[in-house]
Amino acid sequence: MNKLGLVIQREYITRVRKKSFIILTLLMPVLMVTLSLVPLWLSTLNDGSEKNIAVIDNTGIYAPLFKSTEAYQFQVIGEPQQQDPESRLGKDLYAILQITEDLNKDPRAVSLTSQKQAPQELQSMIVRTLNEKVTQQKLDDLSSSGNVDNEAIVQVRSIVEEGARVSLRTLRLDSDGGVSESSTELATIIGMLFTILIYMFILMYGNMVMQAVLEEKKSRIVEVMVSSVKPVNLLIGKVVGIGLVGVTQLVIWGILMGFFFSALSFFIASPGQMDMAAMPAGMGNFDMEGIMNRVMSVNWPEIGFYFILFFIGGYILYASIFAMFASAVDSEEDTGQFMTPVTLIIVFAFLAGFYSVNNPDGPLAFWASLIPFSSPIVMMVRIPFGIPLWEKLLSVVLLYGTFILISILAAKIYRVGILMYGKKPSIKEMIKWVRYK
Amino acid sequence: MYLETSNVVKQYANHLALNNVSIQVPRATVFGLLGPNGAGKTTLIRIITRITAPDSGEVMIDGRPSKAEDVYKIGYLPEERGLYKKMKVGEQAMYLAQLRGLSKKDAHRELMIWFKRFDIMDWYNRKVEELSKGMQQKVQFISTVIHNPDLLIFDEPFSGFDPVNADIVKREMLRLKDEGKTIILSTHNMESVEELCDNIALIHKSEVVLQGKVFDIRKDHRPDIFRFRLMGNEFDMEHPSFTLLSKEPYHEFIDLRIQKESDISSNELVRLILDRYEVVSYDEELPTMNDVFIRTVTR
Repeated sequence: MNKLGLVIQREYITRVRKKSFIILTLLMPVLMVTLSLVPLWLSTLNDGSEKNIAVIDNTGIYAPLFKSTEAYQFQVIGEPQQQDPESRLGKDLYAILQITEDLNKDPRAVSLTSQKQAPQELQSMIVRTLNEKVTQQKLDDLSSSGNVDNEAIVQVRSIVEEGARVSLRTLRLDSDGGVSESSTELATIIGMLFTILIYMFILMYGNMVMQAVLEEKKSRIVEVMVSSVKPVNLLIGKVVGIGLVGVTQLVIWGILMGFFFSALSFFIASPGQMDMAAMPAGMGNFDMEGIMNRVMSVNWPEIGFYFILFFIGGYILYASIFAMFASAVDSEEDTGQFMTPVTLIIVFAFLAGFYSVNNPDGPLAFWASLIPFSSPIVMMVRIPFGIPLWEKLLSVVLLYGTFILISILAAKIYRVGILMYGKKPSIKEMIKWVRYK
Repeated sequence: MYLETSNVVKQYANHLALNNVSIQVPRATVFGLLGPNGAGKTTLIRIITRITAPDSGEVMIDGRPSKAEDVYKIGYLPEERGLYKKMKVGEQAMYLAQLRGLSKKDAHRELMIWFKRFDIMDWYNRKVEELSKGMQQKVQFISTVIHNPDLLIFDEPFSGFDPVNADIVKREMLRLKDEGKTIILSTHNMESVEELCDNIALIHKSEVVLQGKVFDIRKDHRPDIFRFRLMGNEFDMEHPSFTLLSKEPYHEFIDLRIQKESDISSNELVRLILDRYEVVSYDEELPTMNDVFIRTVTR
């Protein structure tokens, strides 16, 4: 086996065999699933407990309209009991809804009192109910005034009842003229997912490369190594070996997630197997088929292809930078001066990606996805939304051009840096190293 | 000559590390590469091992300009040395041996021989971080010699060794020399230079200031001090051609140290004293390498 192969093999094997790697790789998907399911579960818990709401209606018009639901129990309280309902708040009463006047005359004569902030859901339910009634009242007034044709009133009533029922269908016109149904939500989710993956990967594995370079320097094995391996091979071996560790982790996560989601969709597709009552509201009539159709309509091969391209480019670019700076210093404590700006750039790219979701064709998204230091992270947000081919190609060319330049530079600095001990070099000195033979 | 460097120059940003350095290392000898800290020894070694390239000048191995494959013929134990802490001893030695061009099978066979020779078979599956520094040094020594190189370069090989293990390493070095290997030894331990080296080069301020056979160099640096043991207990002779440095009665004898001036030969000095006293024994003080080193460097 050649030396580069040996170096790659060692970097790979020693890491993949580590207990911490195995544990993290297996636990991470469990953790992610748990983290996403727990809030869902907590919200179902909340729905389970019934909340009592006292309705004090001086007019007597509105109280009967409030129908109790699973979550909220409305109790109409008459005059005699009116003495002191406030003292019951927080005990058997969750909130008090008080209507003092005819809302048709004074729309502000209604209040909701509770100890905790009343949930949005409850507020909008009350407002909707009252609005409907007041609209009816106004229409009643109108018809009783006799100035308007009764027929017209009836029609207006039915229009109001039915509502507008607008539903927006978003379509996307491809460059080849075909029209496909698109889903902004889905594109957002996919874009964010890949962006977070690349971001995490660059930070985690870039740091791992840095640690590896520092470890060799600190343990003083590096001079032993360079007497039989060319420094550039040592660097390439390290970057490739550790990159492969990351790929292994991603593949394992992908398989585990695949298993999990096929299990989940199996459960959802066969309701009998799952207690639907335990599902949060809205999930019971989950449009699984529709979602599946949309998921299938996404151009996965294209996204996958670009993901791999940007993933490789971004990882090598940043791994080279991390290795370059790590080779120049003696210990972790000295890395801050060089690493902080690099980390800031990565975090900036991540934030730019985050905001680009809202406006995938805006100037921020456009430029950040062309500049090589942020493009691997930002571009993945934009690709699911569909962008012109030339932008993708330009971005890839710029990224790969930059990473080739940077890795040549990194190799030159690394070669000198790993054998230098003592004083922390300045950027100026590091530039001088580039010219050493 | 097995190894020669001719007029090697290496310039770093702010200083000249090597200035026209030419050394000749005969085959199957131990060559001492000496010099104060920062003189340029490590740079010269790095050029010989092809870790860095010289700005000008040449390195010849076996009469030919050195080439990339020559690194397989070199075993280098650097002064700044270490091992991967988390790796197992055996794995690590296997890795280093394979990097030096051995096949997996050969590497394993050689390792077994060396681990037995150094009596460290028990450590094969231990992690490096569990070993003491001296034990790690043994593993490093093995990984330097495992691929049976023709040229061995040891930079401060004895640091971190207790006297017993240092002796084992010295013995191994002499054994390797007897096998026909050429050895370059860079060290500040001058006693071991006298003990092991056939030739030396002393590098000072980036230049070779002294080079040759150890014995010749010591002879050339004789301080012209003679030790006499005379019968009797008194010595009061004075002469312009020598100075008495010390006298010390010893039983029925008296021991003298005499500094000879350059106007007479040593034979004449002995004759001068023989004329007046009964000489039991006399010899000339040879300088230690330590003396030679200090005198050359501080001159």
